[in-house]
Amino acid sequence: MKPRFGWLIVSCAAAALLTACGKQEGAQADNATAALSGKITIDGSSTVLPISEALAEEFQKKYPQVQVTVGKSGTGGGFKKFANGEIDITGASRPIREDEDALCQKNGIQYIEIPIAYDAMAVVVNPQNNWCDSLTVAELKKIWEPAAQGKIKNWSQVRAGFPNEPLVLFGAGTDSGTFDYFTAAIVGKEKASRGDYTGSEDDDILVQGVARTRGALGYFGLAYYENNQDKLKLVGVDNGNGPVKASRESVLDGTYQPLARPLFLYVNLRALERSEVAAFVQFALTEAGKLSDEVGYIGLPRQVYDLVKQRVEKRIPGSVFGAHGSQVGVKLEDLYKVEEASEKSAQ
Amino acid sequence: MIPVVSRSEWRARERRREHLFQIVSALVVLLAITTLVVLLTKILLEGYARLNPQFFTSFPSRRAEQAGILPALVGSAYLLLLTAAIAIPIGVGAAIYLEEFAKHNWFTRLIEINITNLAGVPSVIYGLLGLQVFVRTLAMDRSLLAGACTMALLALPVIITAAREGLRVVPKSLRDGSLALGATQWQTVRHTVLPVAVPSVLTGVILSLSRVVGETAPLLVVGAVVYIGTLPESVFSKFTVLPVQVYNWTTRPQHAFQENAAGGIIVLLALLLTLNAVAIYMRNHFQKRLPI
Repeated sequence: MKPRFGWLIVSCAAAALLTACGKQEGAQADNATAALSGKITIDGSSTVLPISEALAEEFQKKYPQVQVTVGKSGTGGGFKKFANGEIDITGASRPIREDEDALCQKNGIQYIEIPIAYDAMAVVVNPQNNWCDSLTVAELKKIWEPAAQGKIKNWSQVRAGFPNEPLVLFGAGTDSGTFDYFTAAIVGKEKASRGDYTGSEDDDILVQGVARTRGALGYFGLAYYENNQDKLKLVGVDNGNGPVKASRESVLDGTYQPLARPLFLYVNLRALERSEVAAFVQFALTEAGKLSDEVGYIGLPRQVYDLVKQRVEKRIPGSVFGAHGSQVGVKLEDLYKVEEASEKSAQ
Repeated sequence: MIPVVSRSEWRARERRREHLFQIVSALVVLLAITTLVVLLTKILLEGYARLNPQFFTSFPSRRAEQAGILPALVGSAYLLLLTAAIAIPIGVGAAIYLEEFAKHNWFTRLIEINITNLAGVPSVIYGLLGLQVFVRTLAMDRSLLAGACTMALLALPVIITAAREGLRVVPKSLRDGSLALGATQWQTVRHTVLPVAVPSVLTGVILSLSRVVGETAPLLVVGAVVYIGTLPESVFSKFTVLPVQVYNWTTRPQHAFQENAAGGIIVLLALLLTLNAVAIYMRNHFQKRLPI
């Protein structure tokens, strides 16, 4: 009547097998030639994640002995862990805020700010749309705010003079960072959006939708517009200073606002003393441009990475944004050049 | 005035009602099954193409075609075994104590009420608790062990409740017989009560562990990473699990990642169905061997 505990043996065997697999994996790494070892912990923004993941992946190929892990706590959550000294690097979709900077100082944590790429969104319509070349932020808000649901259904309602054409909307799915950013930038409140639109995490679906519907209006990452320029018509966004169309140039010179923002990595200065972290940062500043383009963002101009490289080498801590959070219409390159100049004059 | 109806008329009406109710019930069942079938078909169609050996033996990658679930699968397996190792002894032990040894007073009643309430606490709360207690206070860091401890807390109320149910249905006559033969209370529990209760205890244990396999929220809070290029080496290693990997892929814009997510979901479903099948098998298997 004693029950057999055969299942226990089975699970023990499974455990042993798994352990063996794990060891084997470690042994493979041993064979590879690599000087560096250690662990690098990265966390932070889900928007920056594809870049961090790509960097980690490539870095791991080069230095198989170093274990890189990437978490996804969001920009705010990442800074919280960063300020507690729990992680080496955190990704952020905005510059560090004053309160976060204060927390870092309180805990004796100094950091270096590394701009890594630009995240930009394109607003597009159907190529047959001959009436709309640009929209103001207010018009975009009128179209996309929650109150527009079921009410703003025709182009004629958007602006006097637009034709009587049904307005069909396409946008990011509610789980994506693109959705969060668009709603924050246009409606003014994160995740506040009308619900009666075709939302998808899959940009291909959005591209197809806009390309096939005459009265369509959609938004998604700039990289997807670049890949489908023949099927779509780009619409300028007017932030009060005249319409600006999304392009690498308008994004990088800071005129395409508010639908473009820089993305950052913040590196703990003490962690940077570890050779594996230093190597990772060097690697990031060399490869980030290429990898950002590959995962759908806009890489920065070479000069910005070079300027930042110098700051890293000199171990200059702090944020060029003065820890005031987001700033609109700033050219990153200028910001870092100004910093450089003031450093020189101080010496 | 109540209208007078003949017996046969009344019966016919009741039969119509019964008929109507059957149709409604059938429709409800059909609705539930159709939803399930549609979801499963969609997932299977989207993900089956990804189910090749490479998918099981690769690490995550920014290139969806090259990405795989190896660290997530291994992480899930480790987490499951570790959670079981922590939760089963404590859970079954607590159930035995409460059911067989503890006096029934206000204190045990308080414990009982708490356990029942804990079973209904949202899982993310356990995550926050785990983050503070295991990760920070006990300095386990964001490790497999911290994750397993948190998941053990999550599984404990269900295990304790299921184990107590299992112990409770053991007939009192068995205990009395054992005690009458001069066995101590522990001997009675060990050799008479537990063997009879094993099937239902195991069922409860496995069902609660399959919940552990599917959980995402508490592990994200405790600090499961979304990208890791190595397999866990010890219980203090960083880790990721299948649901976290799937969740990460679903938020990526490229369609290829959605296919990966679907592939991950299929593997997760297969894992859960296997666990549940094992639970059913073990229940039947052990039940047949019982002397009563």
